[in-house]
Amino acid sequence: MKTLLTEKELQKTMDRMAVAVLKAHRPFRDILLVGVQTRGVALARRLKERLEKKIKEELPMGILDINLYRDDLSTVGEFPLVKRTEIPIAIQGKGVILVDDVLYTGRTVRAAMDAVMDLGRPRFIELAVLVDRGGRELPISANYTGKVYKAKAGDNVKVMFQETDGHEKVVVKQM
Amino acid sequence: MTPFNRKHILSTKDLEVSEVEEILASAKSFKEVLSRDIKKVPPLRGKTVINLFFEDSTRTKTSFEIAGKTLSADVINISKGGSSVSKGETLLDTARTLEAMGPNILVVRSKQSGLPLRLSQALHCSVINAGDGFHEHPTQALLDLYTILEQRPTVAGLRVAIVGDIAHSRVARSNIYLLKKMGAELVLVGPGSLLPKEVEDFGVTATSDLLEGIRSADVIMVLRIQRERLGLPFFPSNQEYSHFFGIDREKLKLCKKDVLILHPGPVNRGIEISPDVADGSHSLILDQVANGVALRMALLYLLAK
Repeated sequence: MKTLLTEKELQKTMDRMAVAVLKAHRPFRDILLVGVQTRGVALARRLKERLEKKIKEELPMGILDINLYRDDLSTVGEFPLVKRTEIPIAIQGKGVILVDDVLYTGRTVRAAMDAVMDLGRPRFIELAVLVDRGGRELPISANYTGKVYKAKAGDNVKVMFQETDGHEKVVVKQM
Repeated sequence: MTPFNRKHILSTKDLEVSEVEEILASAKSFKEVLSRDIKKVPPLRGKTVINLFFEDSTRTKTSFEIAGKTLSADVINISKGGSSVSKGETLLDTARTLEAMGPNILVVRSKQSGLPLRLSQALHCSVINAGDGFHEHPTQALLDLYTILEQRPTVAGLRVAIVGDIAHSRVARSNIYLLKKMGAELVLVGPGSLLPKEVEDFGVTATSDLLEGIRSADVIMVLRIQRERLGLPFFPSNQEYSHFFGIDREKLKLCKKDVLILHPGPVNRGIEISPDVADGSHSLILDQVANGVALRMALLYLLAK
């Protein structure tokens, strides 16, 4: 097992991502962070905290479960448990920034975009990910990337957060 | 969590607590879908659900239909009058014929207790029991439980009174098994002629004294008096039943202040429940109907593989 980001590096990476998001949107208005269950939500919360400190106002944040939009439902043995989706404000006309922990095949992001579109017509959709591990199977790329890591097919890039895993770091479990 | 790998939903009697919890958790997620402007999600695209109703039903059939369509399944409704059963075909042959057309899930309602079980043994597709005779109505019991849990953190330790024709009620039977399994304390209330003989087997108490049954209850489940099903006078008149067992405002005053009132519908207003109670602040009757769709979405989703 290899550590990709220590806790300290993880914090700094998220600081940088928040700055990049702010830079891209001046003035920063009508933007909604949407975390993809489960670790995307934890990451979105951390970005939200950082952004709020800078803009000095509360930022809305949504939670998205993409299981109903997966493209492999007919092939997976059991249907995955559908978790909570919770979008606090109307998506119509908002700029949506999807937040997820790891970008791999791009299929989750495709599903997330469909899920968002079913809730309304956003002004735009962007993507923020902590780790881009390569291996895309769809023409998708992130607007904000914390760390690029060329993983092998069997590697498991695992982002850990306090509330989901008990501590904060990013590791790679190699085959 | 262990994966949900049950193929049929035939009764609440054979459901595991963990399965019940998974169904309820999924229903909660699907309720959010029903609150959207665009009530449509894609997971059952390309799947077919057949509603095979050999007995009249408005809410259960419509509920399953909306549930299936919201999940993007193709839903086909077949009722007794419109099927070949009226031309003399047996129920099993009708079901086999339908299965040959390749549905994923068959939702069955019938007058015969045990028909869904029989079909589940004979067919390859999933079968959901939408009410069979005097036996069970598991989806109603699950939505009742879900509705109670929207108001209370748990049913463990709650006192639930089921009032009415317990002996002939599949809703009561499914609720007794389910609520007991989840830790509720049950009391069955009704005229002696309508209390089931097997009360002891259920491990619940029974009484014909309404006030004794409902005074300390946290939940009162009022059952419909099904005169069309009975054909025999189990009690002298509707007026007399209403006097002794109907829930009205006066009797409600003697109950807990925050008692919850459920009724599976359709309501005989003024017989088992008075209009002011049915429409009052304690009543969850319309919540039950709304939650029924989310609960049935959860079941269709979990069964459609």
